Amino acid sequence: MRDARGQVRRMPGLRLWLSGSWLLILILAAVFAPMISPHDPLEQDLFAARLPPFWQQGADPAFLLGTDSLGRDLLSRMLYGARLALTVALVAGTLTCLVGATLGLIAGYYRGWADLVISRLVDIWMAFPPVLFAILLIAVLGTGLTSIIVAIVVIDWTRFSRVVRAEAMSQGAMDYVASAQVAGRSRLGIALAEILPNVLPTIVALLTLEMGIAVIVEAILSFVNLSISTDQPTWGGMIAEGRTSIYQAWWVLVFPLAALFLTVLSFSQLGEGLKDYFDPVLR
Amino acid sequence: MSYLTTKDLTVRLRNGAPLLRKVSLAVKSGEVRALVGESGAGKSMIGKAVLGILPRAAKLTGGEILLDGEDLLTLPPKQRRAKIGAKVALIPQDPLTALNPSRRVGPQITDRLVDILGWKRKEAEDRAVELLDEVHIQSPERVMRSYPHELSGGMRQRILIASAFAAEPKLIIADEPTTALDVTVQKQILKLIREMQERHDTALLFVTHDLGVVSKISQSLTVLYAGKVIEETDVRTFFAAPKHAYSRALLAATPKYTDPDGSLMPVPDSIISEVEQEVAAFDAQLKR
Repeated sequence: MRDARGQVRRMPGLRLWLSGSWLLILILAAVFAPMISPHDPLEQDLFAARLPPFWQQGADPAFLLGTDSLGRDLLSRMLYGARLALTVALVAGTLTCLVGATLGLIAGYYRGWADLVISRLVDIWMAFPPVLFAILLIAVLGTGLTSIIVAIVVIDWTRFSRVVRAEAMSQGAMDYVASAQVAGRSRLGIALAEILPNVLPTIVALLTLEMGIAVIVEAILSFVNLSISTDQPTWGGMIAEGRTSIYQAWWVLVFPLAALFLTVLSFSQLGEGLKDYFDPVLR
Repeated sequence: MSYLTTKDLTVRLRNGAPLLRKVSLAVKSGEVRALVGESGAGKSMIGKAVLGILPRAAKLTGGEILLDGEDLLTLPPKQRRAKIGAKVALIPQDPLTALNPSRRVGPQITDRLVDILGWKRKEAEDRAVELLDEVHIQSPERVMRSYPHELSGGMRQRILIASAFAAEPKLIIADEPTTALDVTVQKQILKLIREMQERHDTALLFVTHDLGVVSKISQSLTVLYAGKVIEETDVRTFFAAPKHAYSRALLAATPKYTDPDGSLMPVPDSIISEVEQEVAAFDAQLKR
């Protein structure tokens, strides 16, 4: 018996390339920020305040993307801001994924009372307004990088557990799980070796989405000045500062906003692309 | 002597509604027994109860399952799993969901040999190739490296059959193995199951709603209605002269390919109500 289905292969799409390259640029920028920044991100120069970006009249070529109202170089601040944004995205995203996906897998495959407890907990959790919850948590934990990460994990694990639970449930009802049971596999073995690989594409998509969301949450917290100490440049903090001078110097608001937008978009697109790539049926 | 015996097997929903009503049946070593009935009669449920994979909503509330003379239900769970894993195998209904889509086919066949029977991986792989050859799959090595979605439904069912026979089980439970396939493939698969069963001398419990299939594959059959055994007999007797009125109606309802234009004969209401009364009487008797 021959079958031609094995010959079908798909190329990773354009969006995987585009989003991947933006994120790669960002990672390089974050890692090499001290080397490639044209200025100290904290250095103030009131004589060079609110300089426009290079293509506008009155721009100083030394400040490529202009300066803010205290005369600090925007480009340098954004490069340093990328460090925090990416750290939060990677660490908080991964931790949230681990916590949420594990609970979701337990609830969806083992069912019973574990499912009951986890699902009710998710219901209760989702009833809190997330941003207020985050602000409340930071107020209790104090500001700082660890607090931001903890806050994101605590707020967002439900996103994973709900989706993974549903997926694990539908996979658990498949005949191949019954076959594995008959063949004498243990419950844990089935959950890890049979169910998890089939839920993985979804988890990967969610993980990258969550990284984007973590960047947004960090920006929101910075925007309300609850992120980390104010002397460290963050995109959210820059947006907050830019808001006050939007009519005099739009670039202070627009550049970090654009970086934020592109980053979040890239994360979600990367996830979609990777999902297709990991899915054995779509691959 | 019979290899699998169930005695008064009773399965209920969690809310107490009966799914199987004291089912007693026996499958002799090397024999093919068909289990027939309408949808929802509990055919598959018997297989699931034996294999210990009852759905969450159902619960085994009474009876015995003797496998090779040993009562499975009195064994501790771990030993029971090991015993079922080594002696019984399942050919599932839907080949499309019965293979894990994200794993290659090869390991899915060899898993049981390696995990339960402690074979070496290389030996298990050689055995798998041999089996795929036996179920008439060309270039088995290539198929072993494929993912399930790269193969057609008929191929997947062949793989599942090979996989079921891999550990040389003494009993195979086939749960409507041809229902999800189209008619021409059904015939091949049926022939293949029969051929494999004879060669390996395996007992087979063949769940089906198709009496045409029964006449081709099995030596004996059990008719089930609403989880109760209606008639138990050998195939020859059954097709010559079914004892129970319901069995007769069921037989009459089978479409005949000698008369393709003949109208379909549903089981008459009078017979349904008769058999329903019988079940009700049986329930009442159990309560007393």
